[in-house]
Amino acid sequence: MTTFATVDPLFNHGVTWAVLLIVIIKAVVGFAALMGSVTLMIWFERKAISDMQSRIGPQRWGPFGLLQTLADGIKLFFKEDLMPAEADRFVFKLAPYLALVPALITFSIIPIGGTVTVAGHVIDLQVANPPIGILVMLAMSGISVYGVILAGWSSGSKYPLMSSVRASAQMISYEAALGMTIVTVVLATGSLSTHDIVTAQAHGIWHWNVIRLGVVPFIVFVMAITAELNRPPFDVVEAESELVGGFHTEYSSLRFALFFLAEFMNVITMSAMIVTLFLGGPAGWVPNIPHLRWVFPILWFLAKTTGFAFVYVWFRGALPRFRYDQLMDLGWKRLIPLSLGWMLIVAGFLVNRSWGFLMAALVLIAYIVLTRAFELGDGRRGDVLPTVGERPLPGAVLRAWTDRDSREEEE
Amino acid sequence: MIAATVPDVLVFVTAALLIVVGALGVLAVRNPVHAALSLIMTLFGVAIAFVAQSADFLAAVQVIVYAGAIVVLFLFVIMFLGVDRREHVEVEPLVGQRAFAGIGVVITVAGIVALMAKSHWVTGAVAVSGGGAPIVPGSANVREVGTAVFTTYLFAFEATAALLIIAVVGAVLLARRERRRDEMDEATASAAPETEGSDR
Repeated sequence: MTTFATVDPLFNHGVTWAVLLIVIIKAVVGFAALMGSVTLMIWFERKAISDMQSRIGPQRWGPFGLLQTLADGIKLFFKEDLMPAEADRFVFKLAPYLALVPALITFSIIPIGGTVTVAGHVIDLQVANPPIGILVMLAMSGISVYGVILAGWSSGSKYPLMSSVRASAQMISYEAALGMTIVTVVLATGSLSTHDIVTAQAHGIWHWNVIRLGVVPFIVFVMAITAELNRPPFDVVEAESELVGGFHTEYSSLRFALFFLAEFMNVITMSAMIVTLFLGGPAGWVPNIPHLRWVFPILWFLAKTTGFAFVYVWFRGALPRFRYDQLMDLGWKRLIPLSLGWMLIVAGFLVNRSWGFLMAALVLIAYIVLTRAFELGDGRRGDVLPTVGERPLPGAVLRAWTDRDSREEEE
Repeated sequence: MIAATVPDVLVFVTAALLIVVGALGVLAVRNPVHAALSLIMTLFGVAIAFVAQSADFLAAVQVIVYAGAIVVLFLFVIMFLGVDRREHVEVEPLVGQRAFAGIGVVITVAGIVALMAKSHWVTGAVAVSGGGAPIVPGSANVREVGTAVFTTYLFAFEATAALLIIAVVGAVLLARRERRRDEMDEATASAAPETEGSDR
């Protein structure tokens, strides 16, 4: 399966109907599983948040309110679809799909179990195993930025526009730290493929990347991915107290539901990605029961992923939101140097021990210099002139846009 | 030369259409945000072309760096500066650029025609460099690309890195001017009552 995918990207040779059928079934099952888990995730988040806030949460539809998400979905489906008069019609319609499709594609590269043999075909429990592997995730997280940016811009309304300006800056900043931690994992594994990354961690808990690489890349990755998803405490993009609803303020009906779906799908996908990269994916203890050995890796994977899904809900319940400048400060001045330095140290230790210690010493010196530079920079804030020329403030621009109609009426 | 099969041709035509339509869109569309979207379409077309040539790693980097970061920065600037939607550029900013652009087009087209004469129109040149050795597929060619960049093309790689650093430092230098002592005194003297007034 994987060999022809790497050698023959255009499916010219060696594709029988059986192989094609397997691919289609995997895609359909993966899609259905993701959709099902999204409805469960929304219910889980609402219930858990309610518990943390001493509320009851959804309880009317189905046992424990399990069908509440379905009811909400039906309600949203039948609501009126509104579009602001100032909106850019084409981009306004396009944006929700740009948010949703990357979330779906990213899930396809996650290995959710070992292998199953059906009628002589050995099937990886993974929708796709492309040779570029983990880079698909980086590419898709780059594309999902457009969903937020274009939604905010095309709404033709001031708060969504502010939200999308924030989103573009935030996501670019955190992508650097994210990429650097992934490079650390790839260096240790020696392969980009998620399948290989999981296989390399299969031999017990001491081989899991979270321990093998030191805990730092894991922590940086979790923080960066939370910021990349615009989840609390990094959700300045949709800060209700400042920006009404952020980029999806003007959206309603099914298009709003798509954004909502994408957000929760991303939570699941990224929890699974953390598990894949750092916690061994489906690795775990497998009892020797004949014919059922393939079930246990899937259970391990589900358990770990659910754990991280809960951590995201916990973040939302427990942590106050960052201010925008604090967010930028954390990303550029702390996470990027930290992940870059750690990557160099890991690379050094991969060569041999003395190179590793040399790298560690150099990185330490670099950090001391950097800290001193930050101190100097903070102390000289008053000595630097404001930018040359007139800086067009977003406030003035926005006022010009939104007041255009009223001015035209006056004239 | 590798013979092209039907899927090869289909993929090539799709990628080529994305590239050409996107590129024409960048020129034809008036709204700068729409132009940026057309540019993304072109970049995706190029990524598909890379995949068709077994350069998976380049395709991924194309999407991550160009579509995922650089066009986002374009959009950031467009939105931040609020470029007007109905802007017309009446004045030619660079005098005489049209002649140079014409020469550039002629050279590019001639180069493409020369390449097409030497190799198949779908599968392209078998290998642009490396003395005709075919690219080894699998493992995303990361090893090949890495080895080439850090051995054969090391100088070009380092020169590009230095160029980018110089550009960043230059941008910072232009945007953040050091304040002279006399200027500073003036500014603090004039700014102090202003801020007080604005507070009330």
